[in-house]
Amino acid sequence: MSPELLSALTVFVLAILVGFAVISKVPATLHTPLMSGANSIHGIVLVGSMFIAIEANDLPSQLLSLVAVAFATMNVVGGYVVTDRMLQMFRKKPVAPKATEQAEG
Amino acid sequence: MDFSTISDIVRLTWLAGAACFVIGLMRMNSPATARNGNLLSAGGMAVAIAATAILLFARPTVDGGVNGTGWAIIVVGILVGGGAGLYTARTVKMTAMPQLVSLFNAAGGGAAALIAIDDYLGLKAAPDPQINVATVLDIVIGSITFTGSLIAAGKLQGLIAGKPIMIPAGRIVTVALAVITVLGAVFLWAGNLSVPVMLLILAAALVFGVTMVLPIGGADMPVVISLLNSFTGTAVAMAGFVLGNDVLIIAGALVGASGAILTKLMADAMNRSVMNIMIGGFGGGEGTQTAAGGAGGTVRAIGADDVAIQLAYAQHVIVVPGYGLAVAQAQHAVRELAELLEERGVDVKYAIHPVAGRMPGHMNVLLAEANVPYPQLKEMDDINPEFERCDVALVVGANDVTNPAARRPGSPVSGMPILDVDKAHSIVVIKRSMGRGYAGIDNELYTNPKTGMLFADAKDGLAALTAAVKAL
Repeated sequence: MSPELLSALTVFVLAILVGFAVISKVPATLHTPLMSGANSIHGIVLVGSMFIAIEANDLPSQLLSLVAVAFATMNVVGGYVVTDRMLQMFRKKPVAPKATEQAEG
Repeated sequence: MDFSTISDIVRLTWLAGAACFVIGLMRMNSPATARNGNLLSAGGMAVAIAATAILLFARPTVDGGVNGTGWAIIVVGILVGGGAGLYTARTVKMTAMPQLVSLFNAAGGGAAALIAIDDYLGLKAAPDPQINVATVLDIVIGSITFTGSLIAAGKLQGLIAGKPIMIPAGRIVTVALAVITVLGAVFLWAGNLSVPVMLLILAAALVFGVTMVLPIGGADMPVVISLLNSFTGTAVAMAGFVLGNDVLIIAGALVGASGAILTKLMADAMNRSVMNIMIGGFGGGEGTQTAAGGAGGTVRAIGADDVAIQLAYAQHVIVVPGYGLAVAQAQHAVRELAELLEERGVDVKYAIHPVAGRMPGHMNVLLAEANVPYPQLKEMDDINPEFERCDVALVVGANDVTNPAARRPGSPVSGMPILDVDKAHSIVVIKRSMGRGYAGIDNELYTNPKTGMLFADAKDGLAALTAAVKAL
């Protein structure tokens, strides 16, 4: 086994353990936003898609990587924006919500 | 700066991005820090992607020039994908948001699978066994999530019937597909380089995703989406092994593991086991016919004017919103009525069952969108003791989560945590008809002598109540 692979495996296993530990007792209210947030994180696949796009030098590869880049970006951008929209609604409302609403715009 | 320095800096930036993901996820465990956590995670993502672009730009190419086609692909892909993602995420109605998350998940899984497919097509000889394993796993898992998430989104959107769809000999087909996939994978892992076999595995995994999700009922989709989300994470980690890229491995493994835990939490909140859901148990054809259940009482219909009087002169009112409210988009109507009642000095609270709406937490999102003050939303364990002191419980489009039959054994909903609505002094249920909920059984709450049924669409019913209270 090459040293690179060994270090990659180490990172993989430790990241799994972090993933297990990072979710504690989440209130049910946050299940959906949390899932959506985790969903955006695997949009990191965009980094890999960019690598295959830059190395693509025949038509099938170019098409595959184009779709991969587009899919991955959709995952990243859409994921974070929709999560933020969900979470935006959880901000604490001041005592007089109507007055502040007008002040905000 | 020479390329190796740039490369080191980029790797460190990836590490920083990965750290942002971990801390962001931790902060998303609590309502107070959740939004901030998501922004941190997004920041880490932006930095990681920007660093990747710098790395690719600085990388020496064979002829020393810039790979114009490669950059064109990246720029066009980002513009198209980013535009589509941004547009849909900003315009989607909050009621349709779960299917959008599923759609984004499908996109992520598809991208991960495409990376491995592209890598495989470029191979001249069978790769190292370890890389071979990762490539095949990436193709299989990525393809399953791709089609599985599309079907899940289609079910939630109503494009595909929400009820469990039984394919003739479905089990056999699913098992056969699994066998084909495994045999093909073993063949490739044995050191054979074969594009046709890879394509066969790809096709089998794609169809497997469809046959896996089709038999599962619409109400279980949240758990399925969460599970597929965890799958995508794993596929992305595999793509990281294929490309030898640490940040993909870290982020993928992180989502794979945290998604698995979250799936279990969601299933627990619905008193369901993940295994049961995947096998496609309750809510299937078998449960639907076992109606009756000794609830032979009569139902009392009530008019909007009577309900308005009850509400206006009550001291404590608890609103129990459910799936029907979400479908009828009545969240604004319910807030209007509640504000009107509060002006009259009535204390109004909302009882939120963990699985109210279409996904756990979905109802909170919908009500928050309608500007219902967050402190008025009470979770099940907090509100249940208050029903005894409440004058009127107003149930809007909620069904199974209020069924007292859940407290007894022997009913399909037995053991499911419920809201103690039947303990309220008086109960009003707004519902379109006597139709049954997802569990397919009659709700004993409706035949309770304390219960009045206001037969109306959630939105129309609430509007009628608001008008009637105003007229008092």
